[in-house]
Amino acid sequence: MRNDLSLQAAQTRRAFLKTTATLSAGLVVACFIPLGLRRAFAEDAPKPAAPVIPPNAFVRIAPDNSVTVLLKHSELGQGVWTSIPMVVAEELDCDWSRVRVEHAPAAPAYAHTAFGIQMTGGSTSTWESFDQLRKAGAMARALLIAAAAQKWKVQAGDCHTEKGVVICGKHKATYGELADAAAKLPLPAEVKLKDAKDFTLIGKPTKRLDSKAKVNGTAEFGIDVKRPNMVVAVVARSPVPGGKVKSFDASKAKAVPGVIDVVQVPTGIAVLGKHFWAAKQGRDALAIEWDAGAGATLSSVAMREQYQKTSRTPGAVAKTAGDVETAFKGAKVIEADYTVPFLAHAPMEPENCTVEIGKDGADIWTGTQFQTFDQQLSAKILGLKPEQVRIHTTFLGGGFGRRANPTCDYVTEAVEVAKASGKTVKVVWTREDDIQGGYYRPMWHSRLRATLAKDGKPAAWAHTIVGQSILAGTPFAPMMIKNGIDTTSVEGAADSPYLESIPAHHVELHSPTSPISVLWWRSVGHSHTAFVVESFVDELAHAAKKDPLEYRRALLPSSSRERLALDLAAEKFGWGKPLPKGHGAGIAVHESFGSYVAQIAEVSVDDKKQLKVHRVVCAIDCGPVVNPLTVEAQMQSGIMFGLAAALHSELTFKDGKPEQSNFHNYTVLRLNEAPQVEVYSVPSTDKMGGCGEPGTPPIAPAVANAVFAATGQRLRNLPLRPA
Amino acid sequence: MKLEINGQTHDVDVPADMPLLWVLRDVVGLTGTKFGRGMAQCGACTVHVDGAPLRACVTPAAALAGKKITTIEGLSKDADHPVQRAWIETDVVQCGYCQSGQIMSAVALLAQNAKPTDAEIDAAMTGNICRCGTYQRLRTAVHRASELMAASAAKEKSHA
Repeated sequence: MRNDLSLQAAQTRRAFLKTTATLSAGLVVACFIPLGLRRAFAEDAPKPAAPVIPPNAFVRIAPDNSVTVLLKHSELGQGVWTSIPMVVAEELDCDWSRVRVEHAPAAPAYAHTAFGIQMTGGSTSTWESFDQLRKAGAMARALLIAAAAQKWKVQAGDCHTEKGVVICGKHKATYGELADAAAKLPLPAEVKLKDAKDFTLIGKPTKRLDSKAKVNGTAEFGIDVKRPNMVVAVVARSPVPGGKVKSFDASKAKAVPGVIDVVQVPTGIAVLGKHFWAAKQGRDALAIEWDAGAGATLSSVAMREQYQKTSRTPGAVAKTAGDVETAFKGAKVIEADYTVPFLAHAPMEPENCTVEIGKDGADIWTGTQFQTFDQQLSAKILGLKPEQVRIHTTFLGGGFGRRANPTCDYVTEAVEVAKASGKTVKVVWTREDDIQGGYYRPMWHSRLRATLAKDGKPAAWAHTIVGQSILAGTPFAPMMIKNGIDTTSVEGAADSPYLESIPAHHVELHSPTSPISVLWWRSVGHSHTAFVVESFVDELAHAAKKDPLEYRRALLPSSSRERLALDLAAEKFGWGKPLPKGHGAGIAVHESFGSYVAQIAEVSVDDKKQLKVHRVVCAIDCGPVVNPLTVEAQMQSGIMFGLAAALHSELTFKDGKPEQSNFHNYTVLRLNEAPQVEVYSVPSTDKMGGCGEPGTPPIAPAVANAVFAATGQRLRNLPLRPA
Repeated sequence: MKLEINGQTHDVDVPADMPLLWVLRDVVGLTGTKFGRGMAQCGACTVHVDGAPLRACVTPAAALAGKKITTIEGLSKDADHPVQRAWIETDVVQCGYCQSGQIMSAVALLAQNAKPTDAEIDAAMTGNICRCGTYQRLRTAVHRASELMAASAAKEKSHA
């Protein structure tokens, strides 16, 4: 729920303030750069050729009238490179065709307004910066007008702007011409923001600003970074989670042509070569004896059995009302177990990071979503102050959570390699390193029980969740784990809107530990709770002999945003109309990250048990929309990503090791399986939510429910495998 | 060994078994061709050799002496190849990492089949993985590129 999220964010921010020494004063996000930061900024950003105005952390205007938006978020596909500058440009009233974008350096001015650190995640970028960046644009415009008014000796109030030009009667001057004078003026105390009805850019379908660079090969990803005298390193890490190097022999590795050095770092053995190929060949030639430690006997089959047993025992209580056990006594109890596997994120660009240690600090180039943590943890390793570590954010070749790791694993490892070798180094992971290198979506087990009242609605609902905590041990833990409940483990289950209509309900959580490292994966807890809750509600609808759409509508308050999304999806799909023979339709609705998404999938299962998804209709209420093209793209993207997990992906462990290694056995969605997706937005002036993740949760249950409709088979485990 | 890449001859000193991908990226400095998998099934490293698509991650550079290699950088001067224009018009890209390979595959497909159906596009490009799931707009963009190419061919014909 959004309110909870805001509250958590505020609490988390306070926790950071308390626990991170480097983020003491000056955290309040100002629109304008304080002097010290301007210095840091000047060192970090490519130096503009001429004076720029105003001293604003988010906007630079050059004499050639180009407007550069400094993007505090990381572009990882979700479209902030376009939608965020739209927000600035709306209030600045500049010429959109002259807008350029750069990733901002790591600095306090770019902190997330809710979390207090510089980061991109939780589908928050647009709403968390919407007012901040409108204000930044409006302030810059006000300064330009003031400069023009001074020059022409007229009242500012008599001036207006049009596409990057200030106009007053016969006077006209471009923003570029006024930039220098405006930079010298004091900031206005207050600026008036536009009424939403006057928006000319916000809400209009707007093409991406990063397309050209991404279709001609010039977009720079972390893996493309090149520095003088740079070498490339490939690291041998423990094949078993948590294992350590016992001993190693690098003689054969050092004999590989092009290998420059071999160094030991905390995560393993790094082979440095003059190019990737040499480093990789060198790594393959290493002889390493590993101490597997506690992970040696890891088996996901055994873990799954244990999780099921654990789900029969009392856990920490996440939500409770009424007396569930009394309600179950003597009643017909509908019971089901659901499981979802460990998952790797598998972004197309494997993890990588380039580190250059200099006399006055260090420079790091990488695709990251957690600049503040990268800066702090790297500084600690190098004995530097955080501000001496300059983070250069490149384009990210996908992330899905993997590049938002509180441990900064691939960044700190590269720093260790640079430190140990004394060289400027780019550490590159192979696909195998990525799939087998840890930080997975946790495996989850859910046990559900319910009884129905005479009207078919649930009278009692009990849900026990078993799975590893993502937040335990991270800086987020103090404020986001309460009474043994990691809020991300139960999000979408403990706050399910269905519970409000169920007199007795109870949600419990077990958070077992294991040497396997876990991390958020696109939509975090919702990636399992939506599947479980929306599948089980579907089971109850069928048990009550009700239509799955009508059953949901009856359980949800009539004014709820879930209902609006459901109704729009049902209307556009043509719910209830006859489908081709052998086809079935399934529905699901789920709120995550402040957005309400309903999806209806049409599927068939052929004689060979092949499940095919033919069509998906998606309706979203994310509040006011900045760029409809982005919303559509992110819904399609979230659905395809969720479909990969619904149909294929699974990471399993045997004898301590992951059994999958690359895309041939860690299977993802391919073009020939991609259904047509229709996306519709609920017109809304309600609170703004996110878009990067909310498209993912509903697709697995929509497909599973459609399989049931088509075949009568209720599939309770992901990936879905019709029998 | 001598390699002809995007119309230029490069003399590179690399091991004979070094895949073309790493010669392009780490030796020649053409980083538009991407590393995704290293096992020839994700398509991020797709280049053209004498006009045909090839996975650079598993092809030893030594095997390509005397052949014409084209990478994404060599496709056009200003992102104005019809496939690139169609990609921009259709707003296909998200993270963008796989798109060099997607575009090189699409160009190769359209050279063989000027007006492919959805099924033909799927069959030809299913080896190119996109984790952002740009598949739907990508399919639309291939159709659009087909139209743009047909239009420019018609224009050339009328000028002839």
